[in-house]
Parts: sequence; C-alpha cells; structure tokens
Amino acid sequence: MAAKRKPRYSIFSLARNSMSHHQGWEKAWRSPDPKPEYDVVIVGAGGHGLATAYYLAKNHGITNIAVVEKGWLGGGNTGRNTTIIRSNYLQDSSAALFELSRSLFETLSQELNYNIMFSPRGVLMLAQTEHEKRAWQRTHHATRLNNIYTEWADTKRVKEICPIINTDPGARFPVLGGLWQPRGGTARHDAVAWGYARAADDLGVDVIQNCEVLGIDREGGKVTGVQTTRGAIKCGKLGIVVAGNTTRLTDMAGFRMPLESVPLQALVSEPIKPCLDIVVMANTVHGYMSQSDKGELVIGGGTDGYNAYTQRGSFQHVEETVTALVETFPIISRLRMLRQWGGIVDITGDRSPIISKTPVDGVFVNCGWGTGGFKATCGSGHCFAATIAKGEPDAVAAPFSLDRFSEGRMIDESVAAAVAH
Amino acid sequence: MLLIDCPCCGVSGEETEFAAGGEAHIVRAGPGSSDADFASYLFDRKNPRGVHFERWRHAFGCGKWFHMVRSTQTLEVFGVYKADVTSPPQDILDRVEAARAEGRVK
Repeated sequence: MAAKRKPRYSIFSLARNSMSHHQGWEKAWRSPDPKPEYDVVIVGAGGHGLATAYYLAKNHGITNIAVVEKGWLGGGNTGRNTTIIRSNYLQDSSAALFELSRSLFETLSQELNYNIMFSPRGVLMLAQTEHEKRAWQRTHHATRLNNIYTEWADTKRVKEICPIINTDPGARFPVLGGLWQPRGGTARHDAVAWGYARAADDLGVDVIQNCEVLGIDREGGKVTGVQTTRGAIKCGKLGIVVAGNTTRLTDMAGFRMPLESVPLQALVSEPIKPCLDIVVMANTVHGYMSQSDKGELVIGGGTDGYNAYTQRGSFQHVEETVTALVETFPIISRLRMLRQWGGIVDITGDRSPIISKTPVDGVFVNCGWGTGGFKATCGSGHCFAATIAKGEPDAVAAPFSLDRFSEGRMIDESVAAAVAH
Repeated sequence: MLLIDCPCCGVSGEETEFAAGGEAHIVRAGPGSSDADFASYLFDRKNPRGVHFERWRHAFGCGKWFHMVRSTQTLEVFGVYKADVTSPPQDILDRVEAARAEGRVK
C-alpha cells in the first residue's frame, strides 16, 4: 500500500500547528511491518541507503522498496561523522562523483522539503609541509580543470579567511598556504537521513528499523531474498549499503571484498561563542575542526591502525588530534571536551569507494567510503539507484566498480582522503 | 589500549609501541595465476567481526615482525607467536575455541 502523501512543511503548516500547541504534527515516516516481497531491498538505513531508496523511487519509478536497518535510522556512521562537505578531489572520476553530491546538497532542503541546514561556509585544507603544498596545488589545478571552483590561498589569505589559525613561521608545522573551496561546508547529518527517509516514505518506500539481516538467500547464482530478525523477505534485487559491516553481509552472500573495517573517531568541545565560521582540515598534523550551530567545536581524529568493530577508537588518537589542533589553533588550549565517539569505516586499497554489481546476480554493493562518506550521501544514492535500476553502473559510478581491483584501474585518493590511514 | 607481549624480545608494551601489519597467513597467488586471483591476494581481506589472525611489528622495540590473534569485537588478545610460521600454534587455537564456547567471541 502506498503511503498517503504527507502535508508539506512550510510557514503555513508551522502557523497551523502552533494553533494546536504543536500536538498535531504527523509522523515523518511510517513504521511498517515488512511485506513478504519487494522489488528491491536495501540493507542499511543510513544516509546512503535512504538516499538510494529515494532516488530509486523518484528517478526510476521503483517504489516497491524496503530499507531494512538492524538498529535505528541514521544511527551508524551517518550520525557519527563530522558533517563536512567538499569536492576538491584529485582524480577526475572522484571529482565527478563528489561534485555531483556537493551540487545536490545545494538544493536538497528544497527538494526534500526538509531543512538539512546545508551551510556552504567554505572548506580550507592547510598545507603545512612543502610536499603537502605541492600536492594541494596539484589538486587545485585538477579541480579547476574539472570545473570545480577552488582557490589557492597563501599564508596571508589563510589568516584572512580564518584569523584564529596560528601562522607563526616558527611553528613545528608552519602554515604555507591552503586549498580553499568556498562552496564546501557542512550540513546537519541527522537531518539528511531524516529528510531522505521522510521523502522516500512519502513515495511509498518501507523503512523497517530493528530488522537485522541474518542471511542472504540465493538460487542458481541469483539473489532471491533475505532472512531477517523479522522474518524472511523476498526480493528481486538487493543493495548492500552498510559501511563498516559490508564484509559481514558479503560473507552471507558468499563473496569476498577488498575492504578492512577500522574505527574512526571524533569529538566535540563544550559550546563556546562563535570563533570559526569555516571548516579547517590540517592533514599533516592530523586534525580537522569546524564549529556547530550550538557552538561546539567539532573535531575529527584519525583511524586506528588495526581492524576493529568496537565503535570507540584508541585513546592515543584523541591526544594526537588535540595536540595538533592546539598548535594550529592556540586559543582552544583550555577548552574542555564534551564527548567522544567512534564509527566503523570500511577502507579500500585505493581509498576510493565501491559502487558495483557483484558476483551474485541481483546483489549490488555501495561501500568503501572510508573516512569520507557523508559528503557523498546524495551522489552515492543517486548513482547507486541508477546502478540498481538499470542493472549496470551509470557513467559516474562506472569507474568505481569492483573490477577495478583486478583490472588495475585504481582511483588513488590517499592524498585527498584527508584523514591519514 | 592494547597491551601486547612481543614474542621475539619478550618485552610487554602498549599498542603505541607496535605497528599493525594487517591480516596474516595470506598466501601469494601465482606465478601464472589469473588476474582475479592475484587481485584477491592483493586486496581481498577476511575482515572478520570476531577472531582476527594478524601481523604486527615491534616498531619501537626490537623491530621484529610477529603474529597476533585478537578479537576485533572485544579487542581481547588470544596470544602472540613468531613470524616464521604459516599457521597459529594449537594452544592459541584452543584459547580461541574456549572463548567461542563461552560466547565471548564469534
């Protein structure tokens, strides 16, 4: 049964609901029981999975879709990242994918009728060694050739863009300049998942939470359905969009993946008055920071050096990250940290994602986003929906197929990945 | 913080003294293998949520490579053993089985 169209959020609905003390707001999405069969089952109700379902319904007319989620909607890496959006990637295929995503973010609030709080406040990636300076300048030229606007900022310009950065030439890692993407920025990560969920639900997609996949049924090399904690669900096609847990699902489907899962952690400070109106990434010293609307400084750290599924991360990385940031931003030296958390990211050999068909007919994977998946949410869902609908990857997704590992077509983004692994 | 005993020099240290080297006991494909098999050797990993057989190096110590068995779920270390073997010793496998029987690890 298709969902009843929801009323739109607007100034008028706000006024109307204020008359009834905001008791009359409709639910943003239903909580349906799983049907016995769907055309497409998406595993993972994070941003990427929900975006996939939304674009399948909207762009490809496939609405008999279930998105199954073992926990709660947006409770994995979607709610654990540092919300940064940028597209200043070196390789042409990455630039196409990430710029598609960044450009979709620009109008996403209007498209979904849900305020995702996209804030194109600018992303500055600092160069703190001569090598890094040359690498960023190379990326700068590459992005301009790909029609993505970036600027090379010298040290003086860096100080203008972000006055709280320490530009002392005597620093251990002096700021030699930076790669500045003014249309990069941040968005409210939870709202991206909620907005896609609400819009997909409105198009008839069933979002089924607390439904863990336990097995993948196949017949003659073709997927026929999934076994879940809420019973068996038959499906024509299966999309796996579960980040760090991808290997667990592909083990069930009987093929191996070029992935390793590691914890990546982040932390936030106590809220303070506005002091940082852009996103700053400092790769050499390894830390990145922005300020949330609540005033907390949102700080991204590094990945652990070894595989783990612990969703917390090692203690020493917190110390390394804050040590680096205190040198880069001396004013934060006496700030207290409010909380720290980790997410499990799946990392490929070339640090680029996988959007692909698989050895099992009807099974598709969207994974390997590593430490930088949030910014790709829209583009990832857009291409993956096309890949599932047509059974073949679209032009943007094609370079990211699984075949690239045996064909040697690596998309090396270990520099652009921004987080040292 | 992992606490690791180096089986080469006998020193016990925190994980910051060691460097992880990824999955252990990977057998090289070929010569003469297919592209797919060689790609699998290079890139495919078991990546289990559970017991992981892995290589480590005592980077800020004796410098030697060795093997370790660890749970990626709980970070419990089941044992360490020398680098020059192709399979883990039986006593470590017994400890893993005991932990599985108790439901501590998958």
